[in-house]
Amino acid sequence: MNILQELQKRILFCDGGMGSLLQEAGLKAGELPGTWNITHRSELVRIHRAYLEAGADIVTTNTFGVDRLKYNENTEYQLEPVIAAAVSNAKKAVSLSGRQAWIGLDMGPTGKLLKPLGDLDFEDAVDIYREVASVGAREGADFILIETMSDSYETKAAVLGAREACDLPVFVTVTFDERGKLLTGGNPASVVALLEGLGVDVLGMNCGLGPAQMRDILKEILAESSIPVMINPNAGLPRSENGRTVYDIDAEEFAEIMEEIVDMGARIVGGCCGTTPEHIRKVVSRCKNKLPAAVEKKNRTVVTSFAQAVEIGKSPVIIGERINPTGKSKFKQALRDHNLEYILQEGVTQQEHGAHILDVNVGLPEIDEPSMMEEVVRELQSIIDLPLQLDTSDPEAMERAMRIYNGKPLINSVNGKAESMKAIFPLVKKYGGVVVALCLDESGIPDTAEGRVSIAEKIYRTAAEYGIGPENILIDALCLTVSSDSRGALTTLETLRRVKDELGGKTVLGVSNISFGLPQREIINGAFFTMAMECGLSAAIINPNSEIMMRAYYSFRALMDLDPQCGEYISVYGGQTGVSAAGGVSSFAAGGGSAAGPGAETGDGGPESRLEASIEKGLREQAAAAVKELLGAKDALDIINGQMIPALDRVGKGFEKGTLFLPQLLMSAEAARAAFDIIKESMAASGVKQEKRGTIILATVKGDIHDIGKNIVKVLLENYSYEVLDLGKDVPPELIVETAVERHVPLVGLSALMTTTVPSMEETIRQLRIKAPWAKVMVGGAVLTQEYADTMGADRYCRDAMASVGYAEEVFG
Amino acid sequence: METCSWNDREILRYLGFKRNQAPDENVRSLIEGCKAELERSAAPKAVWREFPLTLDGDKIDMECLQTVSKSLARNLKDCHRVILFGATLGAGVDMLLQRYGRLQMSRAVVIQAASAAMLETFCDEKNRQLKEEYLKEGLYLRPRFSPGYGDFPLGCQKQLVPALDLNRRIGVTLTESLLMAPSKSVTAVIGVSRIPVSCRVQGCEACGKKDCAYRRNA
Repeated sequence: MNILQELQKRILFCDGGMGSLLQEAGLKAGELPGTWNITHRSELVRIHRAYLEAGADIVTTNTFGVDRLKYNENTEYQLEPVIAAAVSNAKKAVSLSGRQAWIGLDMGPTGKLLKPLGDLDFEDAVDIYREVASVGAREGADFILIETMSDSYETKAAVLGAREACDLPVFVTVTFDERGKLLTGGNPASVVALLEGLGVDVLGMNCGLGPAQMRDILKEILAESSIPVMINPNAGLPRSENGRTVYDIDAEEFAEIMEEIVDMGARIVGGCCGTTPEHIRKVVSRCKNKLPAAVEKKNRTVVTSFAQAVEIGKSPVIIGERINPTGKSKFKQALRDHNLEYILQEGVTQQEHGAHILDVNVGLPEIDEPSMMEEVVRELQSIIDLPLQLDTSDPEAMERAMRIYNGKPLINSVNGKAESMKAIFPLVKKYGGVVVALCLDESGIPDTAEGRVSIAEKIYRTAAEYGIGPENILIDALCLTVSSDSRGALTTLETLRRVKDELGGKTVLGVSNISFGLPQREIINGAFFTMAMECGLSAAIINPNSEIMMRAYYSFRALMDLDPQCGEYISVYGGQTGVSAAGGVSSFAAGGGSAAGPGAETGDGGPESRLEASIEKGLREQAAAAVKELLGAKDALDIINGQMIPALDRVGKGFEKGTLFLPQLLMSAEAARAAFDIIKESMAASGVKQEKRGTIILATVKGDIHDIGKNIVKVLLENYSYEVLDLGKDVPPELIVETAVERHVPLVGLSALMTTTVPSMEETIRQLRIKAPWAKVMVGGAVLTQEYADTMGADRYCRDAMASVGYAEEVFG
Repeated sequence: METCSWNDREILRYLGFKRNQAPDENVRSLIEGCKAELERSAAPKAVWREFPLTLDGDKIDMECLQTVSKSLARNLKDCHRVILFGATLGAGVDMLLQRYGRLQMSRAVVIQAASAAMLETFCDEKNRQLKEEYLKEGLYLRPRFSPGYGDFPLGCQKQLVPALDLNRRIGVTLTESLLMAPSKSVTAVIGVSRIPVSCRVQGCEACGKKDCAYRRNA
């Protein structure tokens, strides 16, 4: 019988610890346990059997950590035979025991961190898991058990790998720490949403904690989960006694708490590190006759990032709309220039102003949208912990973004056209997500609420055919400008109300569309936003940097009893005298030493001396203000050469002399950057293009994932008007060479942090000398010395960031 | 987090300040802001495990790890056991470094320095606790000594990390080029002896690389 059918009828029992029993049998610390599947078969069969005889219904194969990173053509034992032996040992134990039992193919973490925190590529991780799962399935495992996962991204890779390898049921248990967090930051709500979105059959937790510490976290999981929950704790909290690991509770106590855990609602229980057949026997005898708790559907609408879950439907949710080139010439230019910092800054600013989710749209006719979408999503999710709304009409861009997204995204959008639903729903089914559904179809946008509601119903019905529930759909009631149809707003509001009241659905709206063509659009937008929230709007796509919109939001929450004691309202607007509150706390912008008021530290001289002083002191806002003042009276180039460069030079000299330090050097650079940005805008407005002094490639070499040194150099070189092609970190020599050749780049800067990565620096230089002999190479990084640099044949060793500026001046003259 | 005492001098040293040099107000407030942010984002964790030790000249056998190293052998003189030690501040710190590395370098370098100091303080505190525990049994601990110090090969990380089960227990992994990820992580060997030593050198000073720009008391 299928394990999922059995699970509907009764509590199932999983086996317990494997590693600790193998150690007792002689496995050495650091020795790979997987090898024992072949070298100690009878030992493995004996352990599996002991668990079966203790009453376990599930035996997990001894394949934790067995993958091609540890077993491959260079190792004594190969991957396939190790997995095959593991499954066959489990099968043999089952047949010897004479019991009905199911074999779970165990897959654990790869032992690598995924990029960008580590060096394992997401698709390589998917591949690694796909390979293990397909061998396990072929050898006859009954289901896939992905366990001890402590990173949401690797968990997603494992589930995709399992799904793409076979049709077996997939169970996933993750490891939380005592604060209820994954090692990379997820929490129970974000984990449940991610896993349910990916369509796993059972979810839960194992390892890390004892049963007592798991109770509170289990409560949170059960409150969120609509599928059966599996709990495999350690034997307790460990401590070391004379070099041996002992646990704070015994098997009896373990079983006692596990009984509570079953009563709370867990459907599969077993053990992890330190648990033995004795533990399982006691759990089985206490729980085997218990009736399983019903698994209830929670119908929650949740999207997640790697770190947090955002629930839609309780209080209005703000989706920041600013990452979108429509109507923004600066944004378009940033996309063409591949200026990702600009896009990232847009994200950070919206977060500071109170956005809960960020819409991401990078569609521009002349760029490769799928690649750009993938890259921007990767970058955003590596620096911001808000969930993203993937916004594209290109199905390829959508799939690529959904695949590499670290969480359960919001998807923008599907509509009532058959073709649209056929393209989007399979993606939602595979990768998970909440999808924005526009109330339009082949016959256009209905101009009545009736028509829009009926499209909403059609979308719900079709989604259900794909197995997508209404909780994962946000109906976009659509809003057209009130300037062309005076009933437009009423239709939208009525649609919102009816979707909520009659269909019990959740809604979303691009609020600012209402005011197209009108003057002072924010006035209408703010009023309409309040009306829409009153009609039940669940999520609003707005500009969170707009004061009027955020005022409407915070006031609505205070007035609707969504903000206890008006606490949030007071924290945002308290202490402000006027009504110019921006909303949100801008800790980020305050970081760069802008605490002092204008003029406080920059003297009261003219704008020239104020600009120089604010650059030297690293005051961004003051530098920007001074340059704005100057621009009316002076030519941009005069300001750059007369004030800014001399100020930067003085700071640079101070740094070289050891009277100023790295933070000050960089704060000055950032203040200068703020001033440059103002100058650039003004030049662009008057049609002048600022000449770059030359192009420089910067890269952290292959194998090295630390790029702080390279980034420092980049900031400084850009200030001296060089165009920097930043190739990032862990960059293969070939890419550096290719770029140098393609753009005929005169200067290449390479950085390496570790002795182990110096050889890839050497290799890069070797290849550059052959294919780009004109290029000068400067090198730097913690372990480098003049001697190393000479041995490698670099043109210049730069001991610090200023030295690289000096060398660039030499090269470009 | 368990402990959070800050060694400001250490942070300044990493930023290049010499002993007699003080930061200005702007830098000071940047440092304070970064410390507060780190206290929210760091999740310090440590694990250790004891192994038997056999020394034969410079040949060192710790059961899970065999190596040849003059400087480590000197460090482990008169020891009969070792504690293998691993600690990390977690992935949250790397997230901060990534974020500010893209958007505000001045903050990134201060977080880099402050997190390095934080990790060192955390390790010192854990070592102090271990020292007290062992002292109760009449045993003395040697300073912690990490792969890469002196001639203790960095390659030993390949044995050390799995022997401590660092990935599963505290989420520390090794890249192909033997970097630890998360980056703010430490592994070390601590000798256990029945004989006390008066020398209390540890951390930075224990390293043989005397010309390092960041060397303490330089």
